[in-house]
Amino acid sequence: MCSLEKRGNLFILILTGQNGEHRLNPNLFSSIISALSRAKTESTRGSALVTVSHGKFFCNGFDLDWVNAAGSDEETQQRFNLLLDYLKQLVLAFISLPMPTIAAVNGHAAAGGVVLALCHDYVLMRRHRSVLYMIDLDLGIKIPEPFMALFRAKIWGSARRDLLLRGLKIKGEEALKMGIVEAVYDGEEEVTNSGIEMADDLAKRNWHGEFYVEIRKGLYSELCDILGIASKAIATPKL
Amino acid sequence: MCTLEKRGNLFILTFTGEDQHRFNPNLIGSLLSLLSQVKAEATRGSALITQAQGKFFSNGFDLDWAQAAGSEQGAAERLHHMVALFKPVTAALLSLPMPTVAAITGHAAAAGFLLALSHDYLIMRKDRGVLYMSEVDIALTIPDYFNALFREKIGDASVRRDLLLRGLKMKGDEAEKRGVVEAAYDGEAEVREASVRLAENLGKRKWNGEVYAEIRKGLYPQLSAILGLTHKAYTIARL
Repeated sequence: MCSLEKRGNLFILILTGQNGEHRLNPNLFSSIISALSRAKTESTRGSALVTVSHGKFFCNGFDLDWVNAAGSDEETQQRFNLLLDYLKQLVLAFISLPMPTIAAVNGHAAAGGVVLALCHDYVLMRRHRSVLYMIDLDLGIKIPEPFMALFRAKIWGSARRDLLLRGLKIKGEEALKMGIVEAVYDGEEEVTNSGIEMADDLAKRNWHGEFYVEIRKGLYSELCDILGIASKAIATPKL
Repeated sequence: MCTLEKRGNLFILTFTGEDQHRFNPNLIGSLLSLLSQVKAEATRGSALITQAQGKFFSNGFDLDWAQAAGSEQGAAERLHHMVALFKPVTAALLSLPMPTVAAITGHAAAAGFLLALSHDYLIMRKDRGVLYMSEVDIALTIPDYFNALFREKIGDASVRRDLLLRGLKMKGDEAEKRGVVEAAYDGEAEVREASVRLAENLGKRKWNGEVYAEIRKGLYPQLSAILGLTHKAYTIARL
């Protein structure tokens, strides 16, 4: 599951449960989306959110055990499609969150877990014991929109090909060089604390959330068009 | 001319002879036909290497053939004809159901550079040969699909500007440093060996070709749209 902690201006989203792999199933998805809803409702100027996890994994993708436990091929497909729908809602919720967001990637992230990390404005990662792995190609699974659009929004040049079309397990230093992550740290505690520190620094800028989110949407306009949430111009009464 | 050879799992397309391998309707027709053949014979583990003999990878469209029309109007028509004819070649490469490597052992200019850039990976010589978009120097404009390819494959705006607007003749080590090619090596043999090694390593992953092609198209949506390539509906193979 997940829990949402408030610490001053910071919202700390903690992924818990699922045997430490924090695999995405309807329960975890609903839990995260609820938490984001709560953060949105309680947000003020100077809010920020950091997502943390503990143990070997940040998030190892969809709960395929749950998908495969379905009674028939048809139901298996339906369950998988449901998780895709949830993931889309998750992306929507993060992109619409009116505050800066940081993912502190403490461990491995695969497929949907990489999408989760990239939903954040900033990704910090552990240098060792942590890889980003778009396993989809290796499993023979196509990557649908809007998730391709999310990757295109955030990753450019040959890094895009290397993340999605090469089946690479990308370690911290490589991810940093590829421009996927902001910074790398040794140790789980260090990456978590740095995430919180960065969130604090961004929170101190005291940004107006509703402007922040519109600017974010403008940055990722292709993605937002596909998600149906194009940015709108807002005039501020004083400059 | 160009030939197609099968070496284990590798398809090897070679521009033969010591000439500039300029694209005229005949060569373009051959190329298209051979790529069709590659697609038809593709299996899991297939990979394509495109290479050339002599001092040139390809020096672009056959402008002599265009000028042989006898008038400025005639030449312009012939050039437009070649641009239109070449579009399916780019489309074929972008939708080829296997990893593709361009082994650039000589100069690649204009449409020749475009052909190389249409591959997933570019390996180039460090000691000889340049990548060169000659259009600005010879007063030609750049077709829409050429622009889309450069825009979506080359992430760095200043690199795109230098190649397209500055007529830069980019050598191997700069191309490697600036992310235009995957790697550059001293010597023709080294480039060919490295290309084979890369193609073989990619082939060993035994990716589902259809999934590979779909993900590839998703990396370059604008280009795909201009080339008339559509995303196929999402399905799962096995989990």
